[in-house]
Amino acid sequence: MTRTLVLGATSTIARSIVRLLGARGHDLTLAARDPEESEAVASDATIRYGVEAATVPFDALEEDHVATLKAAVEEHPIDGAIACFGLLGDQERARHEAALARGIIHVNHTGLVSALTPIADHLADRGQGSIAVLSSMAGERGRASNYPYGAAKAGVTTFLAGLRQRLHGQGVQVTTIIPGFVDTRMTYGQDGMFLVASPEDVARATLRAIDKGKDVAYVPWFWRPVSWLLRAVPEGVFKRLDL
Amino acid sequence: MPAHTSKDLTGWGRYPVHRCHVARPEAQASVTRLLQQGDQATYIPRGLGRSYGDAALNEDGGIIDKTRLDRLLAFDAEEGLLRVEAGVPFSDLLAVCLPRGWFPAVTPGTQHVTVGGALAANVHGKNHHTDGAIADHVEQITLATPARGVVTCSPTEDPELFWATLGGMGLTGAILTATLRLRPVTSAYIHMDRRQTRDLDGTLDTLATTDASTYSVAWIDALAPGSSRGRGIVVSGDHATGEQALEVTKAPLDPPSRASRRLPMTPASWVLSRQTARVFNAIYHQAHGPRQGELVDLDRFFYPLDALDGWNRVYGDRGFLQHQAVLPKTTGREAVQAQLEHVAESSIGAYLAVLKRMGPADPGPLSFPMAGYTLALDLPREPGSETVARDLAELTADQGGRVYLAKDAVLDHELLEAMYPETDRFRQVKDRVDPDQRLASSLSDRVGLTGEAGR
Repeated sequence: MTRTLVLGATSTIARSIVRLLGARGHDLTLAARDPEESEAVASDATIRYGVEAATVPFDALEEDHVATLKAAVEEHPIDGAIACFGLLGDQERARHEAALARGIIHVNHTGLVSALTPIADHLADRGQGSIAVLSSMAGERGRASNYPYGAAKAGVTTFLAGLRQRLHGQGVQVTTIIPGFVDTRMTYGQDGMFLVASPEDVARATLRAIDKGKDVAYVPWFWRPVSWLLRAVPEGVFKRLDL
Repeated sequence: MPAHTSKDLTGWGRYPVHRCHVARPEAQASVTRLLQQGDQATYIPRGLGRSYGDAALNEDGGIIDKTRLDRLLAFDAEEGLLRVEAGVPFSDLLAVCLPRGWFPAVTPGTQHVTVGGALAANVHGKNHHTDGAIADHVEQITLATPARGVVTCSPTEDPELFWATLGGMGLTGAILTATLRLRPVTSAYIHMDRRQTRDLDGTLDTLATTDASTYSVAWIDALAPGSSRGRGIVVSGDHATGEQALEVTKAPLDPPSRASRRLPMTPASWVLSRQTARVFNAIYHQAHGPRQGELVDLDRFFYPLDALDGWNRVYGDRGFLQHQAVLPKTTGREAVQAQLEHVAESSIGAYLAVLKRMGPADPGPLSFPMAGYTLALDLPREPGSETVARDLAELTADQGGRVYLAKDAVLDHELLEAMYPETDRFRQVKDRVDPDQRLASSLSDRVGLTGEAGR
């Protein structure tokens, strides 16, 4: 029976991913901070799809998650892991409050690096499987409006590229998912969003990308040319833009 | 604290349109937090927005969109007990329960309502006279309240709060979870009888003969002239057994899926005029000849209108009103007659007039059902339609009946008090859990359950 670990299982996109995985008959290990919410996601999957769903406490900021995740995958070996946790935070405040800026980097980047360490080893030992992580268009280039978050995600994208290269010869695929704006609780109520995707769309695209063994998937597809354009602008010009 | 988005919202009748500030929490704890500390002065919970008027609107106030709290929490497949978050739509319930041989004991006429919304309106189906309303099949609920946080209530645990909440239109708190008692079924089919009648007396007499059936409903022609008024089609049915369903399918619990069509655009208002409605009604009546023991799938029997996604737009941009009243048994026949006459005399075209029998009332102070007949009809919003709706409401009050708050857009304080004599008792219970009136809606302000009139 295929088992997938979902990191940040109570996040908006994760909840759609969990339902899709359940519908495919995957057993689940759900890692999240809030135990009550985790349990609700788990029971929902079990009742709807008859799959087994275990919950594991996971806080991206706490170092003990390394040991907990290691123990969890030893008890229930996994075939794949999908990471969908993150913190956007108030980007304006983060410009001036170092503690908030640090927190954003810690959750999105350090926490991800830390959590994937035992998971990458586990899958490499098994010689098979997949890792998929939700990065972000914000990481494609640093912009004034969201550079603390963007920096964290840029680091994630680079980390995943390196991990992809390391694990390539060992039968483990690493997929970087790069969404634009998504209608989640992270962005609800924000102005200035456009071409907003639904969590269900992103979830479906994520699973499709994993199915096809893709390295980097922009979701929806049109963000790929946008990213190319964004990165093509010379810095001397870019710094004058109001983005 | 969840963020808010300002948007124009309506009910299913697409009237009225109110600007509301909507929060969309994804955790139960956030719902309680919003009620206790949210930015807005008042909030009302909202599901899929299928109430017709302004019950799930809050003009310039807060809305708690519950649709993302849609998880199934526990299912006892032996006893037929299902515990769910309030945002679970009936469509999800059916998808999960039917393959395991369970069906809601009471279902409204569309699958696209949330459990929370169904409980807040205390919905009834085609089986009220046999099985009561949905409140009669609820083991317990958990409710987020401003003053007391999350509380559990049931018919045995704080029954006063339970009965004020079921049918309480969201005014006592936000239902977080509910445990429903389901009915066992062995097929996804109903065996149905259908009879045509020539006038109102024929319809009412025929309805009376369907006592032995679980489900019964009459569609009646409110526009047929003179003595034909009230002619219609009486449909009755019971759940078919697995064995019976084998006649039409190899998989009795597997209904044929029916892709829903979407109305491609909002038609011009002339498309549905009184004249075309007259013709439509006459053709519909003719086209539905008598049937006996025909096997129909659950979708077609319970949710015929769901086949046309967004059917409410057929009434155009002006929207429509729905008048649904229950008239007491004692004067039922004459009362229905009088209501139909009033509609006929106005120039408004009333389509889709539906008549059902109802059983006795339950203890809820704002609960709609009472023993008698319930008549429901759509009134397209043409000039004069609001007056007709209000006149019908006044007529209902005079007849000792009441109007269904989940459909209403025209009642005022006076009419509410006339129809629902226990509003003081309701206010007392509400005061216990919401003394600062953090819960209010456009409906509750309009009918004086909250706001200045409500104090």
